[in-house]
Amino acid sequence: MRRVTQIQEERLERAAQAPRPLESRPSAERPTFVIRPAPRWPHLDVRELWHYREVLGTIVWRDIKVRYKQTFLGVVWAVLVPAFTATVYIVVFGKFAKFPSGNVAYPSLVIAGVIPMQYFASALSQSSMSLVANLPLVTKVYFPRVLLPLAAVLVPVVDFVVGLPVLITLMGIYGTWPKGMQVALAPAFLALALVTALGIGLFLSSVNVRYRDVPYIIPVFLQVLPLVSGVMYAVEEVPAKWQWILAVNPMTAVISGWRWAVLGAPEPNWPHAGVGAGVGVLLFLFGLTVFRASEPRFADTI
Amino acid sequence: MPVAIEARELSKRYRIGQMQAAYGTLRDSTAHLAARLAGRAGADEKQEIWALRDVSFNVDEGEVLGVIGRNGAGKSTLLKVLTRITTPTKGRAIIHGRVGSLLEVGTGFSPELTGRENIFLNGSILGMKRREIQGKLDEIVDFSGVGKFIDTPVKRYSSGMYVRLAFSVAAHLEPDILLVDEVLAVGDAEFQQRSLGRMEALSGTGRTVLFVSHNMQAINQLCDRAILLDGGGVIQDGDASAVVTHYLHSALRSGSQTSWPDDASAPGDDLARLLSVRAIDEDFETIDTADVRRPVGIEIGFRVLRQGPPVFAKIKVSDGQGAIAFNAMDVSAHWSEQSEPGRYVARGWIPGNLLNEGRASVEAGVWTLHGAKLLPHGHRYDAVSFYVYDPGDGDSARGRFVGQLRGAVRPLLEWTVERVD
Repeated sequence: MRRVTQIQEERLERAAQAPRPLESRPSAERPTFVIRPAPRWPHLDVRELWHYREVLGTIVWRDIKVRYKQTFLGVVWAVLVPAFTATVYIVVFGKFAKFPSGNVAYPSLVIAGVIPMQYFASALSQSSMSLVANLPLVTKVYFPRVLLPLAAVLVPVVDFVVGLPVLITLMGIYGTWPKGMQVALAPAFLALALVTALGIGLFLSSVNVRYRDVPYIIPVFLQVLPLVSGVMYAVEEVPAKWQWILAVNPMTAVISGWRWAVLGAPEPNWPHAGVGAGVGVLLFLFGLTVFRASEPRFADTI
Repeated sequence: MPVAIEARELSKRYRIGQMQAAYGTLRDSTAHLAARLAGRAGADEKQEIWALRDVSFNVDEGEVLGVIGRNGAGKSTLLKVLTRITTPTKGRAIIHGRVGSLLEVGTGFSPELTGRENIFLNGSILGMKRREIQGKLDEIVDFSGVGKFIDTPVKRYSSGMYVRLAFSVAAHLEPDILLVDEVLAVGDAEFQQRSLGRMEALSGTGRTVLFVSHNMQAINQLCDRAILLDGGGVIQDGDASAVVTHYLHSALRSGSQTSWPDDASAPGDDLARLLSVRAIDEDFETIDTADVRRPVGIEIGFRVLRQGPPVFAKIKVSDGQGAIAFNAMDVSAHWSEQSEPGRYVARGWIPGNLLNEGRASVEAGVWTLHGAKLLPHGHRYDAVSFYVYDPGDGDSARGRFVGQLRGAVRPLLEWTVERVD
């Protein structure tokens, strides 16, 4: 008995030195949860995601902060990268190769394609690397892992917004202003790019946990993608028999829709855009299913 | 008493391949697939181990449960399952309350960000709400002692500052259930002390604590109850000191007694042979664990086969790491006479409050003195071993200190303190 009382005394002494008086919560307020084997059929627990929304915010905030702290030019890069890419396209494809630009000035057309494509490229590559890049978190703390690729597609939105003045400047120079209310639909096209990037990112990030081949695949994919998405040409100028290739690519819908919304370019081919959007949503559902199915094994295999 | 954790037949299976090659390349997998298609499957598939097997236990609210076991017994896997880092293969656990663990100290710290930013980052990832962190910010900074460097990126911190800040955030988490893995917190003695202190503070306020440790002293002192894991299963569950004793007993390599039934197999020569060696308590009972404060006897039975030079017993006591604590031999006056044939029993008493805690291994033998040299006749390395423990009453040489005291011996000295001015 002596031992017990002595330890209790000691505990009380130590408790007194603790950072602040600790009071126990009444049992009724304590959350209860059940740990059980991973479900056979993956599903997305939206309530849980909502519960962890602050963690999502924190991760996004951290990534933005770290990104702009580490670089010397910081935010300026968000302007320089699309401006540089667009300049190369304008000179090579516009001046030398004389790519068709439809009824919109070629430089506006290109920059309006480059900026969403740039967003898509960053979102895709960052979300694909998100699990491996946050290895200490994955192996040490619980939170819905979906938050990592999700945060990774939200972070480049900042670059996207920062890059917009380049577009607006060119729009001013060439007088290509949005025609009417369709500009309100512009964010919807960005959302399609986000959903598509997230879908592929969910898939590739879970593959990357096991096979670190993913970083080699992504650049190849991203080099080809602008060529088949109409970044440096007007989509409607492509011969009809090749249009279907562009139609299954969600980024074609994003770019032609975005140009229609902000540049007053001709309306996108709606059935084709619908197909593209459908493919984007399917990619998202596919990525999510693969991700949720492999999620229980992440901490063991990463 | 409400229950805080109910674990029911928790099991976790790992495939060996999963553990060995943490990640492969597509090529490996393709090769593997090809091998499987070629019919050379099977062998790989069976390489799986159960890191946890049907682990069931309850932890009452406010209880401090110790988890002990050898390396690889499943202790860390159990914590990973309970913190939801990994999912069980079978079984379930119901947890009532917010779980915090000291495994995650510093998790998510970003070197580029300042101390203040990292407090928010780490706190949020560990489950604190932004408002909660804001409210505790000053306390966290004070407690960490990094004060004026709080707006400096943590990559410029010394490792000590880094750990202090990280610990400070974790210490303010105030979970209902705290999981501590002391096994993972190796190295930093100060950090271990803080973890223990934090644990005591929390358990003193009725929080539930699950404490994984190799430090039997700490388990004995801090836990009410303990479970012993082996091979992924619970092999004992009960009063902490009983489980610790059981574990130590099973962890001893040699027994607490050794004997040689016939002279032929006994170590020795034509002068003398060893018959038996035992570790005993004051009542001459064989023991395998000894209270650090009580004397331990080493009893050596031997036979002298012929008349000859005086034969005497000698022991060498080493600690668990093999460091020699001391050599001691019988220097009684009667050994200056010729030795007579017959059976003898020699007992040497190691005083209480001399050996340090942990395993003590005894080399025992019978010797003669030849001029300036000791000559062995029959002796055995690691003839017996026993485990010295400190029940933590505060009257041993460690007082109320809970951490590790180094050294093969740990004598209780006589101290005097006088005021000189």
